[in-house]
Amino acid sequence: MQRFSVPLLLALLFGALVAASHTGAIDLYIQSVIMFIGINIILSSSLNIVNGYMGEFACGHAAFMAIGAYVASILNVLLFTKDKYFGPPLLPPELSLYFFPLVLLAGGAAAALAGMLVAIPSFKTRGDYLAIITIAANFIVTSTIINMNAIGGARGFMGMKKIIFSMEDVLELPWMLIWVILGTVFSVWTIRRFVSSTYGKGIIAIHQDEIAAEIMGVNTNRMKLMAFMISSGLAGIAGGLFAHILGYINPGSFGILKSTECLVMVYLGGMGSLSGSVISAILFTLLLEGLRFVIPWINTGLHWLHLLPDAYEVSQVWKWVIIPLILVLLMQFRPEGIMGNKELSDIFPRLKRWYHFK
Amino acid sequence: MLLEIKDLVVRYGNIEALHGISFHVNEGEIVTLIGSNGAGKTTTLHAITRVPPPEGPKIHTGDIRFQGRSIVGVEAHAIVQNCHIALAPEGRHIFGNLTVEENLTLATFSRKDADQVARDYQRVYELFPRLAERRSQRSESLSGGEQQMLAVGRALMTGCKVILLDEPSMGLAPLLMYDMFRTLKKLNEQGMTILLIEQNARLALKFAHRAYVLDTGEIVMEGSAAALTENPEVQKAYLG
Repeated sequence: MQRFSVPLLLALLFGALVAASHTGAIDLYIQSVIMFIGINIILSSSLNIVNGYMGEFACGHAAFMAIGAYVASILNVLLFTKDKYFGPPLLPPELSLYFFPLVLLAGGAAAALAGMLVAIPSFKTRGDYLAIITIAANFIVTSTIINMNAIGGARGFMGMKKIIFSMEDVLELPWMLIWVILGTVFSVWTIRRFVSSTYGKGIIAIHQDEIAAEIMGVNTNRMKLMAFMISSGLAGIAGGLFAHILGYINPGSFGILKSTECLVMVYLGGMGSLSGSVISAILFTLLLEGLRFVIPWINTGLHWLHLLPDAYEVSQVWKWVIIPLILVLLMQFRPEGIMGNKELSDIFPRLKRWYHFK
Repeated sequence: MLLEIKDLVVRYGNIEALHGISFHVNEGEIVTLIGSNGAGKTTTLHAITRVPPPEGPKIHTGDIRFQGRSIVGVEAHAIVQNCHIALAPEGRHIFGNLTVEENLTLATFSRKDADQVARDYQRVYELFPRLAERRSQRSESLSGGEQQMLAVGRALMTGCKVILLDEPSMGLAPLLMYDMFRTLKKLNEQGMTILLIEQNARLALKFAHRAYVLDTGEIVMEGSAAALTENPEVQKAYLG
């Protein structure tokens, strides 16, 4: 029972969501929220490898997402659509359905290679200095994209919607939702396998004491390289999915703000807790979307109580006051995040009947 | 000769810490390096286990040979994996957030011999029954003496034939100190080769076979532990 409960639950959830979206029981808005939850889960849990389990402070996660997004989008547009820069499709558009996972993986691989370049300075640098290096890497990536006119530069890159349409031509299903759910499950599964393996123990050892890890026979450089590559590779996959959900990407959406969002999710969930990352990604996305509705209520409420001058409206910008405020309070009263470094099954031991982490 | 150090000169940046020291350790011996603070004892151990800079020194000239092969170009993790030299560092360097058992498990990181690993757990828990009692306790909540036991136990779990101990008695009560040394003697009788650094020269000389006296980066005296204990100069400088 223990072995099959989680896959069974996921399969049921997957089937229910796809069926509900296909029949129109949940509308496009809810679908897109679900997809962003998936993307955020990938981003936060992959950044957790480096920032949580390995204890480094990398804050340029959006750079890898950008690389994955651009590589996957360009490949797809180049291969399957007619584009004014890239010319006619190289392959029949119907094939895009079957090639989509491969293209995503290619985006991930490109991001992983970029992650390797950031990992190499981390051999000798840690802490604040590595943080600066990763921020710099983020700026290098975004400004490189801005200056490449062939892929749209600062105007952004589009054409991915055509890919989705050609997938839907083959079979009428909510394809992006399917890919996002599969991608999320794949990422979380990979990370779980990774951190609960012997290799994962080596990463935790680096977090605790690098010298001690080295003299216990852990090849710390190789561990760091692996951790950075897996982390950035998965971020690249998230980027590829993100690009195809929106159908349009521009370098502005992969700036330092996006990286900060990833960091916030990791620290909100708890460093070194995979279930914490998943929970915080869900909560964070729902919070962001929820405020979209709550802020107008606050606005009417305050006007009704005559607490605000009539000319002033509480706008959506206040979201960026409320969310940081919640974070400040969280750090004040629960600095270890929602889960600390525990997993769900450590907090609720009864869950061990249904699944086990290690 | 199991381990041979020849004219070793090491540096931290531009500062020369060891000015060409030579010594050796035979199989099955307990050898101790004694000397005052800053003599270069820890530096010697870090050089042998190739602890990477900045904590470890850079080897300038000279050679370190293990079973006849030079290990100067080998990285620290490979020393543990292939050469079987383990270091129990000063200040313990245990993984505080992990339990006692997880600490021991991490030391078997690169080992493939599962049944020998199981026997080694047994051996460590037999040598240090206190660790067995506390096996699922977070190691940072152990007392100083127990942490020291864990550091030595972890070095044993690497499956190494030689262990280098950097001040195993540091911060221990006198009674525990003797316990620790008796345990080391027991290990040595089981065939473990031990290179030991100790501030407490009297204690070290009592348990060791041979000793070297290190002073400001040079070896000034060597001989059997018994002979050095009798030596008037050593008595004056280190035994008080």
